[in-house]
Amino acid sequence: MSKTSFLNPFKAIKYLFEKPKTLRYPFELKEPAKRYRGFHLNDWDKCTGCGNCADICPNEAIEMIKIPEIEANLAEGRKNERPQIDYGRCCFCGLCVDICPPGSLTLTRDYLHIHFDTNTFKFIPKDEKLDKATFVPTEEYSVLKASLSHRKQDYQGFSPELEYALFEPERVKMPQIPPEKRKLSFIEQVIGYNKDEAKQEAGRCLECKLCEDACPAHLKISEYIDAIYRDKPKESLEKIYEDNPIPSICGRICMKHCEDACSLRIRGDALAIRWLKRYAADQIKNFKEELEIHPGKPTGKKIGIIGAGPSGLSLAYFLRLQGHKAIVYDELSGGGGAIRIGPPKYRLPLEAIDKDVNYIESLGVEFKFNTKVGRDIKFEEMLNDNDAVFIGIGNTVSFSTRVKNSEKCILALDFLKDNKIGKQRKVGKEVIVIGGGNVAMDVARETIRLQHIQYPGEKVITKTVSLEDWDELPATEEEVEEAKEEDVQFNPAWGPKEVVLDDSGNIKGLLCRKVKSVFNEQGRFSPTFYEDKTKFLTGDMIIEAIGQRADFSFLPDELSDKLEFTERRKVKVDENGMTSIPKVFAGGDIVNINLDAVTAIADAKVAAQGIDKFLKRQQQIISKDVIGPKSLESKKYNGKESVDD
Amino acid sequence: MRELELYFGPQHLGMVGNFSITLKVEGDRILKADANPGYLHRGFEKLIEQRTWMQNFPLVCRINVVEPDHMELIYSMGVEKLAGIEVPERGKFIRSIYCELARVGSHLFGLWAYSNMLGFDTVANWAMYHRDLVLDLFEELTGARVYHIYIRPGGVRRDFPEGFEDKIVKTLHTIGSKVPDYNATFFENRLFEKRAKNIGKITCEEAKKMGAVGQAIRATGMKYDIRKIEPYAAYDKVDWKVPTREDGDAYSRILVIRDEMIESVYMIFKLLDKMPKKGDVYTKTPNPFKWRVPAGEAYVRCESSRGELGLYIVSDGGDKPYRAHFRTPSYSHGLTILEKVLEGESIADVGNIMMSLYVVAPEIDR
Ligand code: SF4
Ligand code: SF4
Repeated sequence: MSKTSFLNPFKAIKYLFEKPKTLRYPFELKEPAKRYRGFHLNDWDKCTGCGNCADICPNEAIEMIKIPEIEANLAEGRKNERPQIDYGRCCFCGLCVDICPPGSLTLTRDYLHIHFDTNTFKFIPKDEKLDKATFVPTEEYSVLKASLSHRKQDYQGFSPELEYALFEPERVKMPQIPPEKRKLSFIEQVIGYNKDEAKQEAGRCLECKLCEDACPAHLKISEYIDAIYRDKPKESLEKIYEDNPIPSICGRICMKHCEDACSLRIRGDALAIRWLKRYAADQIKNFKEELEIHPGKPTGKKIGIIGAGPSGLSLAYFLRLQGHKAIVYDELSGGGGAIRIGPPKYRLPLEAIDKDVNYIESLGVEFKFNTKVGRDIKFEEMLNDNDAVFIGIGNTVSFSTRVKNSEKCILALDFLKDNKIGKQRKVGKEVIVIGGGNVAMDVARETIRLQHIQYPGEKVITKTVSLEDWDELPATEEEVEEAKEEDVQFNPAWGPKEVVLDDSGNIKGLLCRKVKSVFNEQGRFSPTFYEDKTKFLTGDMIIEAIGQRADFSFLPDELSDKLEFTERRKVKVDENGMTSIPKVFAGGDIVNINLDAVTAIADAKVAAQGIDKFLKRQQQIISKDVIGPKSLESKKYNGKESVDD
Repeated sequence: MRELELYFGPQHLGMVGNFSITLKVEGDRILKADANPGYLHRGFEKLIEQRTWMQNFPLVCRINVVEPDHMELIYSMGVEKLAGIEVPERGKFIRSIYCELARVGSHLFGLWAYSNMLGFDTVANWAMYHRDLVLDLFEELTGARVYHIYIRPGGVRRDFPEGFEDKIVKTLHTIGSKVPDYNATFFENRLFEKRAKNIGKITCEEAKKMGAVGQAIRATGMKYDIRKIEPYAAYDKVDWKVPTREDGDAYSRILVIRDEMIESVYMIFKLLDKMPKKGDVYTKTPNPFKWRVPAGEAYVRCESSRGELGLYIVSDGGDKPYRAHFRTPSYSHGLTILEKVLEGESIADVGNIMMSLYVVAPEIDR
């Protein structure tokens, strides 16, 4: 390098005439960048209390704190816990923001907190909506007061962006038979995940367990999903069996309350918990050979169970694990109860039901099929023969609309039952299904299939008519969507007025009137109509699918009088699942209002505990009577009464 | 003359911070130097074993306070190699641009330390100001000024904000246009030349033997730069030069640093030009709560501002690294080379030499 003049450095003098570059803090402040990672904000309305933020924090800076003023709604996946940040630990990495499923957690551009009390560094973030006093407009803000309780309004920094989230919001697509093809036969619509798909979907689970709180039977979902992710389907299935002994069934038709609570659903798709359960069940080809589940030590107790539906099956299973003997009576020729006849084959093939039932049978449960209690065996007899009795009969009698000529209509359950386990019904070319619930969807979609089978290539129509309008249809969105895909037509907010017949007494159609409202002010079912607004739907066959009720005719009068019901016409049971008749327990659709399989399982779990407790108490009473004094003797130690007990 | 033992640092203006040297001196001459690391041992490598693959990326940046970015990069490169993850094209360009900005920022910071230590306060203030401008860019891109926590396994955390390219260009023009002033007041200042030339000398052979990397070896004439030897990110996508000098003394080293800074500015312009205008900036990685990286081991290296930075990382198939070990440039520079080059120098030049070796103590103590 050539030598430069020693005067050269004096060029720097020109900087004397430039404006200063430094800020006169605190009178002049530098505006932090838009993405600045400062203190947290949390939208309490959006936050579910899932605790994912606390789990990801690399510094364990977050603790979940119970907030009594917040009302938890476990069915919707909302806990009343909110994160508390310890700013003595937080490194402002923002991982918590990127993992937060609803995107409620944000960082702000605030970073000044001055306080003498270090306890104030522990802080439960809220946002401006909830905490008006803290967040002041820029004009009122003073850096001299800057702290966690004096912050600027509208000062978001590093924000949750779904595109960069640390979780996968999209569900792995379930392969399904396309509507054009599936409506031509009863082929199972959902194909099921293969191994890679299942592992990938299972890999989305954040393990926050909101689902487990929402599941009526409280399955250990995050554990069995993780086992699938680790490619251990057997371990997964055994985990499922701890709380649910009908996985092949539930893996297909569960009402998946869990998925309604899944924290991923808020900004993406809920985890496909139901399909993953099905995957675990389908992976294990032979339950009996592969699963390591064993009945308990025999207790010598015997329980009679009426109905081999989900509640009866589950109860029998749980009782076997406790070592009791279980005998299940059912009028059908196989297990499953309402589930054997209700869900069409394209949703729930008989093989899947039998797989579950056979496994329960292999654990030593005795099934007495084709046996109707009240007809083939007397209820009183059962009550005498068994140490306890469980009623899980479900709702087996279809309601009718009872409009004029309604006796010409077909009832939903008869129709479904024949198609599933009897002789396929002959259907018309233009069929009207009355009802807007899931059973109506089953009926309509089955009808479409039968029409295509019976009239190949011809023009066929299936239409539903329901009191409820689109937004209040009781059927699940999924069912409605799939029915639409299969060309089922809908007539929501119309009520049947009269079944119209032609001269020879055959059905010509259904006269309907416009619905004013379905529910009254108290929210009770009490439809009102515009009598002058009518519509005629043509059709040559009408199926009524407007609900079912239970048939208690098997109970002898004196017991029937004793059986108490709730306001909603449900059998009243105590916390042990026992009815008002001693020794008689109940569960399933006759007890709960959810009317689904997994709630029936939950009832069965309660009853299993209840029965076990009941039997043990009986035992105690007996042993106290017979060998009571002796057993007391043995408790004496050194001549003194032992203190426990 | 009497032999004396002299403690140099850690409280000393000429010292890089949490580090000290024990000098054996005779008069003004150093007979022997013993480096004392360990003031800043924070156990990072152990901490890494206790955090999941994703939780570690906010941690590793802290290993090198002055230049956290290459620590983020090397960790992510290691995880990507173990897990077989490919970074998308735009992500690679952003990584290169980001790391070159880091180099500019880090060299400016080094320039501050060096000039400040020698009493060139004017230059020091300029360098600090210009570094702040680079930090402004980082703040805008990543949300933080120092610990950016930006490079994540799979790519980078966020795309450029709107208008960011223009801001980079503007800032670099501001800094670049001041280079003649830096030259006049510092690099070509005869006072500085006199102080820095011919001290702390090391030959290429010695440098190689003692594990010198970065400026320490490039100032002896060897074109040793990982960005060229084993290109990563987008370094093979644009044309750029590896600046070298021949003399191997403190002055050569600081000139290499200056030239590199200028080269980085040009490189960023070229990268911005060639960068794909759209596209993903990261590849999705598995759910952070479930991520298990396949068992195996990997060695990855990159060129940090101070030279070759390596990471040996092992997975046993679990959700956390089984072992992580960093090979940092300051380790050989601050321990072996420093001890060697100080022999025979005068006490007054200790800080000078140390600065020219560009040692940052936190890198040594992990
Ligand atoms: S991750 Fe989000 S939703 Fe979950 S607790 Fe934390 S702030 Fe609330
Ligand atoms: S910003 Fe990082 S360190 Fe702070 S609470 Fe969130 S995850 Fe923890």
